[in-house]
Amino acid sequence: MSAVVGGAKKQREQYGTVTSPAGKLGRFVINLFAAGGLLYLFLPIFVIVAFSFNQPVGRFNAVWNKFTFENWLHPFADQALVDALLLSLKVALLSTAVATVIGTFMAIGLVRYRFKGGGLVNFLLVLPLTAPEIVLGASLLTLFLAPTMLLFNISFSLGFATIVIAHIMFLVSYVALTVRARLRGFDWTLEDAAMDLGANPTRTFWRVTLPLITPGILAAALLSFALSIDDFIITYFVSGPSTTTFPVRIFGQSRTATPPQINVLSTMILLVSISILAIGTLVSARRTKRDTA
Amino acid sequence: MSAKIERDAEGRKQARYAPWLLLVPGLLWLLWFFYLPLYSLFRMSLSTKPSRFAVPEFGWAWSNYSQAFSQYGAQFQRSFTYALAATIAALLIAYPIAYVIAFRGGRYRNVLLGLVVVPFFTNFLIRTLAWKTILGNQGPLISLLHTIGVLGPNETLLRTPIAVIGGLTYNFLPFMVLPIYVSLEKIDPRLLDAARDLYSNTWRGFRKIIIPLSLPGVFAGSLLVFIPAAGDFVNSYYLGNAKTTMIGSVVQDQFLVQNNYPIAAALSFVFIAIVMVVVAIYSRLLGTEEIA
Repeated sequence: MSAVVGGAKKQREQYGTVTSPAGKLGRFVINLFAAGGLLYLFLPIFVIVAFSFNQPVGRFNAVWNKFTFENWLHPFADQALVDALLLSLKVALLSTAVATVIGTFMAIGLVRYRFKGGGLVNFLLVLPLTAPEIVLGASLLTLFLAPTMLLFNISFSLGFATIVIAHIMFLVSYVALTVRARLRGFDWTLEDAAMDLGANPTRTFWRVTLPLITPGILAAALLSFALSIDDFIITYFVSGPSTTTFPVRIFGQSRTATPPQINVLSTMILLVSISILAIGTLVSARRTKRDTA
Repeated sequence: MSAKIERDAEGRKQARYAPWLLLVPGLLWLLWFFYLPLYSLFRMSLSTKPSRFAVPEFGWAWSNYSQAFSQYGAQFQRSFTYALAATIAALLIAYPIAYVIAFRGGRYRNVLLGLVVVPFFTNFLIRTLAWKTILGNQGPLISLLHTIGVLGPNETLLRTPIAVIGGLTYNFLPFMVLPIYVSLEKIDPRLLDAARDLYSNTWRGFRKIIIPLSLPGVFAGSLLVFIPAAGDFVNSYYLGNAKTTMIGSVVQDQFLVQNNYPIAAALSFVFIAIVMVVVAIYSRLLGTEEIA
C-alpha cells in the first residue's frame, strides 16, 4: 500500500497537477463551487478588516458609517481588551509548553514500544477529543467547585490556574495524536545505529531522535497555541468572575458594546498568523528543494 | 557492543515498564482533569440543590434526568437537527474545495490549504459577530435578497434557524475540508488512468473510485463538525432568537446564570452519553485512526 501511495506522490511531483477525472464542464462547475467556497470562508474576514476602519455610530461597531484611520492610530485604547489579550497570550504560552512536553512523551511512548495496555491508553487519549467543549467545561467546573472529592485535598479557586489546567487537558490529546501521526514511519533503527556507534541513550535522544522529530513537535505546538488562544467555551466555564481572557472579554462586552479595537487587534493577529504561515511554507519549500537537489 | 534490540515490523521495542514512564504525566493529567471531572459531573447530576445559593448534596436524585428531558427535550432535538443540517451543508461546501485542492492544486496546494485555514486565525466569536453584521437588517445581503425577491419585504435573515445553521456550518468548515483533503490526496491517480483505460467514463470513475476512497475523510470530517456544532451555544446566541436555543445554551444558562448545577449536569451527561454512542458506532464501523 505504501509503495502505491509513494508512486502517486512521485507522479504528482513529476507532473505537478494530476489530471482531474472530471470532464470539461464538470471541471468548470467544480472549480466554480470551490471558488465560491473559498469566498464564503473569507467573507467574514473581509468584514472584520473593513470594519476596523469604520467610525461606529454608538457603542456597537456593526453598521458601516464612515472610513477612518482613528482606530488604527489608537489600537490599544481599550485597556481592558488589551489586558485580556495579554492574559490569553500568557495562558496560551504556558499551556502550550506543558502540553507539548507531556503530549510528546505520550506519543513517543506509544509509537516506540509495544506493550500491554497500549490500546487502552489510545482509547483514553482519543475520548477527550470527541467530548463536546461544553461538557468539558461543565465537568471541570463541577470538579473545581467540589470541595471534598479532589485528589490530594487540593482546592481550586477559579482563575488563571484553572484556565491553564483546562487548556493543558484539552491540548494534551491533540499534541499526542499529532506527534504520533508524524512519528509513524520514523526509522527507529537510527537509534540502534547511534548506540552501536557508542552514543549512550541520553545522547542518542538529544542528538538523533529529537532533531528528527522536531518538525512534528513544532507543528503540534503551533496548533496548540492557536487552539488555546481561540478557546472560548471551556475557558468561559472555568475562568471565574475576575479573570478574563480575550474571547471571554469579547463575549462579555458584546452585550453592551463592540469597540472597533476588537477588529483592529483581530486584524493584527491575522497578519501575524499569515506571516508565520508564509514563513513556514517558504522554509519547508526551500528545504524540499534543497533535499531533492 | 550493545545488545541486539528486538523490534517488530514497525520498529517497536517490546517493553513492559519504559513506555509507562513516558505516558504517566499525560495520563495522570487526563485522569485528573478529564475522567475525574466526568465522574464529578455524574455525581452532580444526581444531587439536589433546593435553592440557588444552597450547596448541592448528593442523593441519587434521578428525577433530575426526567426533569431535564421533559423541560429541555426540544433543545436536545433542535441541537441534533441543527448539527446534522450544518454537517450536511459543510460536506457539500467542503468536498469541492478539498477535491480541487487535491487534484487541481498542483504546486499551489499548500498555499490553497493555508487559505482554508487563515480565516480561522481570527477568533471564533469575532467571526460570528461578523456574520451578524453581514446578515443584519442594515447589511448588504438582506437588501439584495429583498430586491431580487428571495425574501419577502418583512422577512429577515438574522435571528432565524437558517442563520444559526449557517453560522455553525461556517465555524466548523475546516474540520470537514482537512480530513477529506487528506483522504483524497492519498488516492493513486493511476487508479483513474486504469479506469479510463478500461473505458469507464469520468462520472463512473468518480463514483466508483474517488467517492469510496474518500469516505474515511468524509466520516471523520462529519464527526468533527457534528460534535462541536451540537454542543455550541455561541452561534445561537449571536445569530438566533429565543426559539433557536440549543442544548449548549441551556447548559450554559443553568450552570453559569441560574446556578442550577444538578439539572445542568444531568443535561450535560445525557448529551455526552448520546455523543459517545454516536462516536462508538462510528469508530466501530470505521476505526478511530482518521479522527486523529
